[in-house]
Amino acid sequence: MIPLSWLLFFAAALFCIGLYGVLARKNAIAILMGIELMLNAVNVNLVAFWRYRTPEMMAGQVFAVIVFAVAAAEVAVGLALFISVYRRRKTIAADELDLMKW
Amino acid sequence: MTPLQMIFILVAAMTLGAGLMVVTARNLVHSALWLVLALFGVAIVYVLLQAGFLAVVQVVIYIGAIAILMIFAIMLTRNIASESGPRFNENWSWALVIALVLFGTLAWMLSGWDGIAAQAPAISPRFDTVRELGLALVSPEGFVLAFEVASVLLLAALIGALVVAWDRR
Repeated sequence: MIPLSWLLFFAAALFCIGLYGVLARKNAIAILMGIELMLNAVNVNLVAFWRYRTPEMMAGQVFAVIVFAVAAAEVAVGLALFISVYRRRKTIAADELDLMKW
Repeated sequence: MTPLQMIFILVAAMTLGAGLMVVTARNLVHSALWLVLALFGVAIVYVLLQAGFLAVVQVVIYIGAIAILMIFAIMLTRNIASESGPRFNENWSWALVIALVLFGTLAWMLSGWDGIAAQAPAISPRFDTVRELGLALVSPEGFVLAFEVASVLLLAALIGALVVAWDRR
């Protein structure tokens, strides 16, 4: 059996890689990809704790399913926003979208 | 070391490597393809954790829908796919520091936690996890409210995406 610690360290590393992508990338779609990696890391944690702590209660898997739904909604709205922004500004580089900057 | 552990190490290394390529690849389309590989690695981890339904959902929704949607968005915002300018903003060193510090803190806290050596309890063959998950999702004692809220959220996101991306000219 895989030790729980391996799964948790794997999820932590995946989360930090995603966080780096979110903070460092310029392109808005690349930022969204970083968010996807972070959500996946969270899901790995949820499923790992479900398996190792309470496999007879399905709360962990249900939570993971809800995270799936939220991720799908977030990507749909996010990409629609980026396409709309690109149509008007001809760029989706995050540091050039400063319309609301004071 | 059991074969299961070997498989996990290989899959974890593949997933983390693909994740690194996602955040560092210069070409966005390559980024999206590496993202598909990382998501597939996470699906294999679900299989190793005996969450088969989630593995299937991961492949269908993440790889089949989300990653393809991303590739479409990259193609629709065309001239940024292979941009020659810098792909990181000027604060990337701070981002690296923050990510490394967060990982160090998480690893330190995890290694100090005494529940980390927990052994996975065996799931009896009569306990069908897919059936139990389905029952939990729709039973009133279970999570039917969260399930319904998630479906309303998906509908709202669908309409919202349509409205936002609508070309009014």
